[in-house]
Amino acid sequence: MLEILLIYAIIPLIKITAIVLFLSGAIAYLTLLERKVIAHIQVRLGPMRVGWHGLLQPIADGLKFILKEDIVPSRSDALLFTLAPIFTMIPAFVVFAVVPFGPPDMLEGPLRSVLTLVLEPAAVESVVTSAIASGGFVTDINIGVLFILSLSSVGILGIILGGWASNSKYPLLGALRSTAQMISYEVALGFSIIGVLLVAGSLSLVEIVQNQEESQLWYIFVQPVAFVLFFICAMAETNRLPFDLPEAETELVGGFHTEYSGFRFSLFFLAEYANMITVSAVGVTLFWGGWLRPFPNVEWLSFLDFIPSVLWFLIKVFVFLYIFIWVRGTIPRYRFDQLMHYGWKVFLPLALANVLVSAGVLLVFM
Amino acid sequence: MAEQTILDTKELEINMGPQHPSTHGVLRVKLKLDGERVLDAECIIGYLHRGIEKISENRSYINLVPYFDRTDYIAAVSNVYGYLLGVEKMMGIEVPDRARYVRIMMTEFNRIASHLLWLATHAIDIGAMTVFLYCFREREEILKLFEALFGARLTTHAFRVGGLWMDLPLGFEEAAQKFVDEFPGHVDEYEQLLTNNRIWIERTKDIGVISGEEAIEWGISGPPLRGSGVDYDLRKVRPYGGYEEFEFDVPLGVNGDTYDRYLIRLKEMRQSLRIIQQVLDNLPDGPVRGKAPKILKPPVGEFYSSIEGPRGELGYYIVSDGSAQPFRVRIRPPTFVNLQALRRLVKGHLVADVVAIIGTLDIVLGEIDR
Repeated sequence: MLEILLIYAIIPLIKITAIVLFLSGAIAYLTLLERKVIAHIQVRLGPMRVGWHGLLQPIADGLKFILKEDIVPSRSDALLFTLAPIFTMIPAFVVFAVVPFGPPDMLEGPLRSVLTLVLEPAAVESVVTSAIASGGFVTDINIGVLFILSLSSVGILGIILGGWASNSKYPLLGALRSTAQMISYEVALGFSIIGVLLVAGSLSLVEIVQNQEESQLWYIFVQPVAFVLFFICAMAETNRLPFDLPEAETELVGGFHTEYSGFRFSLFFLAEYANMITVSAVGVTLFWGGWLRPFPNVEWLSFLDFIPSVLWFLIKVFVFLYIFIWVRGTIPRYRFDQLMHYGWKVFLPLALANVLVSAGVLLVFM
Repeated sequence: MAEQTILDTKELEINMGPQHPSTHGVLRVKLKLDGERVLDAECIIGYLHRGIEKISENRSYINLVPYFDRTDYIAAVSNVYGYLLGVEKMMGIEVPDRARYVRIMMTEFNRIASHLLWLATHAIDIGAMTVFLYCFREREEILKLFEALFGARLTTHAFRVGGLWMDLPLGFEEAAQKFVDEFPGHVDEYEQLLTNNRIWIERTKDIGVISGEEAIEWGISGPPLRGSGVDYDLRKVRPYGGYEEFEFDVPLGVNGDTYDRYLIRLKEMRQSLRIIQQVLDNLPDGPVRGKAPKILKPPVGEFYSSIEGPRGELGYYIVSDGSAQPFRVRIRPPTFVNLQALRRLVKGHLVADVVAIIGTLDIVLGEIDR
């Protein structure tokens, strides 16, 4: 009984708590990282006053947001107005339920040494051999990729609702742009992922990584076109430059969140960063081999194994995020009709062609 | 009247400004939108009106000078220059060579500073935020030069009747030379970020197109006019203050779109550097202030003096009744005239382009509202 409780309730709950806490911290410090990186790109220093090199800045910002007056515009739809930020925030976290941080036996060692103190050897064995308990992920569902795609759409729903519920013109335009953007990009994004799925032969993120280990190649080398498409669509998905049209502070003065202030605004703001992390984690899992070291199975590189798999995963996510920030510091913003033009006329055909070619190659040579 | 149904679409009327990050001050544009497409745009100005033209009727000619710093605060040096040229012509005051050269050098520095500010804001309007800070880095160097010579950075009160307030401070020429040497590299940097950038080109090419004839009909001047291929630069057409002694080219555009206007301003910065270099090489010695009476009483009459400011033809129409105060000073602000064309330029474009077009006109509300 106790081991079942351990496997299905206690250990997953501990993992979920750990991930949520870690993610919250990561989001907060991603804002600081962005400010710092952009600042250095732009020959500035960025935040320097709060803590050493501004290290406490995210905490100060968070406090400020919480302490601000909570304003709901009188002409807005109060219920939707309140729900919208939550809609954008939650999915970004939930996606991490299926993203693997490490291999299925990651926690086996530590779990065993802890559990032997309280359980009989047979029970310990049954707990540590279960992937749900000892895997480096919360759960491994066989439709992981679909789960992620559906959740990311819900996140954009929050933006649309926020713009709509504000009952104000600039947010409305932001929401409209967001809708256009979502329709244009989700399709290409989905097709770019199909390329990976064809090669991997599975929808489970854990299996996708394991397959990359077997084939000794990260899928970025197998599916380069798909990766480029995924990366561009990911930027559109997270509303980052050059696709930050729903916000476009110099055109729509903040777009969908113009009417938001205080803590609600901070939810939107943090959701953008949460989404960045989510998308990066998914991208790393699908294309950069998840928790694997570079070139898995290449013998003479095995000294790289001294870095634990979780760290490899985090390093790669960091690189992904860094590229996001770097792009923001470098290029201007697209116009929303140009974005749709690319979405429909360039990326979608490319993604389709990629799927066709991949499928054909697999059919002929495998 | 036809019956209204749920499928009918309505025009959306939206106020851009006066508090809007991309209207460069307190311009208010009333946009009529169909979706995001602009059907009509109406400019509403006057939020920064200070009545400088009226004030000028109650101040002496000399007291007036610092007021014109504050019309176009981005190009304060050339503003004062335009006014002083007029007053000096009316009074027949000789300006010593050294002062003339320094004036030209400083107005050209001002042109660069003004174009830098334009590039910075134009780029950030279109979303390229890094260019913004790069430009401000270089503008800072020019402002330091201003501070060294004029004692102020923005509202400089640059020149005095008959010449300069004082001679160049120690080390000024070296600092200016250093800037001239380093600046082309920085312009290359901006070009690297923007000129061949796909997104930048797509956002600016064929946006806000105006033909040469039409630009003349609207009375547009400055870079927007030259962007449409009209070779009209007052420094060449009607040289003033000694510009005929310097060699420089007038860059021209072909298509009259936002991208051409961008290229032209970048080239103008390089041409300004050429002029500054020539000034530094040939700077004559001598006094920097000619003989001018303490109280100016120009003869009765009307006088129009205009210069090629960074934004276009900046004119001062001065009417004298023979007293120590002008009867009337009418300013022809280049951007006030250029802004008229906004409605014509934005029609049919998208909201995002409105921002780009306001940016490309390089407006300064302090000058439009006066």
